Amino acid sequence: MMEKLIIGRYLPADSVVHGMDPRAKLLFIFIFVLIIFLANNPVTYTLLGAFTLFAVFLSKVKLRFLVNGLKPVLILILFTFLLHVFFTKEGDMIARIGFLTIYEGGVIKGVFISLRFFLLIFVTSLLTLTTPPISVTDGIESLFGPLRKIKVPVHELALMMSISLRFIPTLLDETDKIMKAQMARGADFSSGSIPDRVKAVIPLLIPLFVSAFKRAEELAVAMEARGYKGSEGRTKYRLLHWSLRDTMAMLLLGALSAALFMLRS
Amino acid sequence: MDIKLREIEYRYAAGTPFERSAIADVTFDIPSGQYVAIIGHTGSGKSTVLQHLNVLLKPLKGEVQIGNRTVSSGRKEKNLKDVRRRVGIVFQFPEHQLFEETVEKDICFGPMNFGVMEEDAKKRARAAIQLVGLPEEVLGKSPFDLSGGQMRRVAIAGVLAMKPDVLVLDEPTAGLDPRGRQDMMDMFAKLQKENGMTCVLVTHSMEDAARYADTIVIMHKGRVFRTGAARDIFSDAGSLTDVGLDVPETVRFQRLFEQRLGRPLGKVCLTPEELAAEVGRLRGEQS
Ligand SMILES: Nc1ncnc2c1ncn2[C@@H]1O[C@H](COP(=O)(O)OP(=O)(O)OP(=O)(O)O)[C@@H](O)[C@H]1O
Ligand SMILES: [Mg+2]
Repeated sequence: MMEKLIIGRYLPADSVVHGMDPRAKLLFIFIFVLIIFLANNPVTYTLLGAFTLFAVFLSKVKLRFLVNGLKPVLILILFTFLLHVFFTKEGDMIARIGFLTIYEGGVIKGVFISLRFFLLIFVTSLLTLTTPPISVTDGIESLFGPLRKIKVPVHELALMMSISLRFIPTLLDETDKIMKAQMARGADFSSGSIPDRVKAVIPLLIPLFVSAFKRAEELAVAMEARGYKGSEGRTKYRLLHWSLRDTMAMLLLGALSAALFMLRS
Repeated sequence: MDIKLREIEYRYAAGTPFERSAIADVTFDIPSGQYVAIIGHTGSGKSTVLQHLNVLLKPLKGEVQIGNRTVSSGRKEKNLKDVRRRVGIVFQFPEHQLFEETVEKDICFGPMNFGVMEEDAKKRARAAIQLVGLPEEVLGKSPFDLSGGQMRRVAIAGVLAMKPDVLVLDEPTAGLDPRGRQDMMDMFAKLQKENGMTCVLVTHSMEDAARYADTIVIMHKGRVFRTGAARDIFSDAGSLTDVGLDVPETVRFQRLFEQRLGRPLGKVCLTPEELAAEVGRLRGEQS
């Protein structure tokens, strides 16, 4: 049941995007997320869309998988779309349904905002699909490294993050198992009134929490048993390597930003 | 209630990049009142097959007949409660499914989901806790204060209290002490013999499979490798080792004994008791 969710999963393959330095990918995404907000007309959105599709193409991730991965957030996107369609009062009026009036500006805004969502989700999924979680945290640790000077426990935070990422699939599997066990005992998660459904989640959540806590404790003990004591004097096994293609990607992104600046209205 | 699996196939995460085939072309029958053991190497698809028996999974190909109900890939299934009540599954490590404040409430969860009144459910809880060999005082305790083995028993009691027609057990005794295993397995066999309950057991213990099962299904790499009566299956040690399994200790001893003796005994003995009787008969012949 949970197995359809692809957000946060890594998909091993051999591609230019897979081979990029995680720091480059993280910087890229950070900047991309900012420049998405530069787009405000059809030309700029097309440009962004084309750029994203090009990145997907380079990554060798099948577009179908990304689209499938959108499904869980589709409701959210639809909701924001409708919100804009119904409550923006700009431009010409195009339709009237009951007490609701729809304006041209609303539809355009709705479409743009949805597009923005799609692009954001595409690029971020692309990051997790093409980068092992451990590399993502290595990248983050390295990028935030300078903060160590002002006593931010960068290494510990990165470790916390990689542990959480590591356990997402485990927790999903666990959820699936417990759900099935309770369904075998007649629990019903998919029908009934809202209060009924909220109550139905308890037999799922409690075992899940219990096992998560147990797992956390076991992990802590196992780490201590193997002599883990934080970042002090710790060397790296996986070294990050910034190569030409990373520089190229950043230059390409720079060009895109410049183009967006010029073409936006 | 008969259950028939017909050429069922299942793939996890179908349609995503993480798709992986779990079982294919699985066909066998679970006749009403029988004791069927499913054995096979780790990852051979046993647990996946079990989840088809009460429609937790729907086959991607083929069909499952559960009583007079047919489940196949295309149709949407509704009203699964009846099937779920009649086919009770005890999953691998069922202790992870406990959640209530007290053991009693947890055992009542299943029956009450299926419409049993609270008073009646409590009666069932008391009966079930006895079946699994725990004292009644446990009913008032929190399930999280119990030992692992006790939790396992409570979880099994939770399924027994549903009074299923078909009891499906996925390695129910893994991790229990020897005495506890024996008692538990004897209890299941007794339910099957005396109450006419159908029993499906997944196990890694060849001894248990040999002792209790009428029919044995061997799974290998997601397919049914062989099905047959226990005695036939365990007569053929060669094909068992081919799929990473083995014969029970008793049979192994019998083979060594026959080598020394220079001739085979009357039949393949599945339990130490049978073997002892057979060897005893030998003495009778000699004198
Ligand atoms: N939730 C899941 N998601 C993806 N693949 C799975 C899942 N559950 C099982 N599989 C895969 O399906 C195959 C069959 O698994 P299954 O759990 O049915 O084996 P099993 O015979 O019960 O093994 P064991 O004796 O270890 O319990 C395995 O290759 C396994 O990796
Ligand atoms: Mg299993």
